[in-house]
Amino acid sequence: MSDVAIVGVGCTGFKSVTPDVSYKEMMFEAATRAYQDAGNISPRKDIDAFISVAEDYWEGISIFDEFVPDQLGAVMGHLFTICGDSIIGLSTAYMLIKTGYFDVVALESHGKPSDLLTLYDVVSFAMDPVLNRPLGGHPFYVGGMEMNRFLCETGNTKEQCAMVVAKNKGNALPNPYAAYGADIEVEDVLCSNPYFYPLNRLDISQPADGGIVLVLASSEVAHKLNDNPIWVRGVGWICETPSLETRCWSEAIYARMAAQMAYKKAGINTPSREVDFAEVDDMFSYKELQHMEALRLCGKGQAGKLTEEGVTRIDGDLPINPSGGMLGMGWPLEASGMQRLLEVVLQLRGEAGSRQLPDVEVGVAQSWRGVPTTTGAVAVLSNC
Amino acid sequence: MSEKIKHFPGEQVKNIDVKEGRIPAVRHRPNAKYLWSAGIAMSRFLEGLKKGKIVGATCKKCGRIMVPPRAFCEQCFKPVDGYVNIKDTGTINTYSVSYVAGDASRIKEPILVAIIDLDGASEGMGILHILGEIDDWKQIKFGMKVKAVWKPSEERTGSIKDIKYFRPLQEV
Ligand SMILES: [Zn+2]
Repeated sequence: MSDVAIVGVGCTGFKSVTPDVSYKEMMFEAATRAYQDAGNISPRKDIDAFISVAEDYWEGISIFDEFVPDQLGAVMGHLFTICGDSIIGLSTAYMLIKTGYFDVVALESHGKPSDLLTLYDVVSFAMDPVLNRPLGGHPFYVGGMEMNRFLCETGNTKEQCAMVVAKNKGNALPNPYAAYGADIEVEDVLCSNPYFYPLNRLDISQPADGGIVLVLASSEVAHKLNDNPIWVRGVGWICETPSLETRCWSEAIYARMAAQMAYKKAGINTPSREVDFAEVDDMFSYKELQHMEALRLCGKGQAGKLTEEGVTRIDGDLPINPSGGMLGMGWPLEASGMQRLLEVVLQLRGEAGSRQLPDVEVGVAQSWRGVPTTTGAVAVLSNC
Repeated sequence: MSEKIKHFPGEQVKNIDVKEGRIPAVRHRPNAKYLWSAGIAMSRFLEGLKKGKIVGATCKKCGRIMVPPRAFCEQCFKPVDGYVNIKDTGTINTYSVSYVAGDASRIKEPILVAIIDLDGASEGMGILHILGEIDDWKQIKFGMKVKAVWKPSEERTGSIKDIKYFRPLQEV
């Protein structure tokens, strides 16, 4: 079976609002950039299949698949939508190529939360309508409860979570794609308004609009399209139980198991030694620590300490979220995982500008589907 | 109910039993509100409608004049080259007579919906709209010429409904 590489990336950049463009125009821009990056291919003849990652409720359009082909150059093409996070989309594109039926596959994801006037009401549709919704409240209290139990069981602290925020917003400052870069202190996070105890306002990622397209190719054609293909060494995804009443509240089991699947495929036995850097979901500050531990980049209860020691900084031994993560780049709904993938590709190519990490060969991208899910996906990428 | 079985044991559940809470059920009214940015191409289209014009987009590569307009040509996968006004007359491509409203209730005055290929646009491109000033829908013919009936300019808001309907160009 052929290996699979990422040979093109295109990104619009992320902003808090984008009243100047429609979602279609946003997707067209990301696609145009990605196709040019992939050896200037034409989607009208050089791309065998297309995957768009989107969710009808986010879009406000039923059967959103039907609204996708034009702006990706996929009219009369083989296209479907994955209703999931974009790393689940990547897994699907990877499998399409692995079948041998497709050599070049385009993967698209975008978020335009500024089009949603009632964003958090739509988030709350994901809560159980019988057991949870009638109780009211903002659905992000789920994050507060999880943070509380996670800190209690692992000994990581609220201060260490605040350090994640300061680090990621700082990392985002030199990232031209990021919407929420800022030079802030740990104290600013700890003093920001309590939203869902122990989550404060600054512990929570803010919505952002933007789109990303990746072009994937089989090893047979990858080198023709890009001199520097980035190889997808392993993918994994897991769904736990959706039940808030019975799930594990301390550990991100979905991330641990998804990583297990991806590491196995990639032949990684000791991730803390073999992975050079990672982009992980940091929808909430504590999620970065929880996900680091689930990805076995450190031991249980060690993520906060490593953060405090500066190990996860851009100049540390194990940089986490050099892009700025979602805290720094923004939360673009289902495209959040695509932000993680994009940064891993740019870093492995050596194209990350002033935030470029030296000597990186293996990077991990991890996503979570957000409140109130226990679904996540992991991809292991390498440049050799 | 099967014709052979005249009576089932037990009590038949009716819709009203659910509505009046005799059957366990949970009610939820979603609060989903959207405000889609019209963007580059659709903003021109909507602003055109406000002025009583139908705007199309042009692609030099394939030579098409496209309506509704778009910022990019989906066939050539490139940005469009410009925007032009299309005529507000056209021919009926296909139509239907809708006797049922969105909530599946019966409506007395059927809604006449049609795809109208607009004059000046490339073949097979036009607008989905309502037909009016037709007493009997049987008078509708394929290829029939129609013309837009606009709202007065002070009532136009930049919406597809700035056109009230399309009427037959010649009396039917
Ligand atoms: Zn064209």
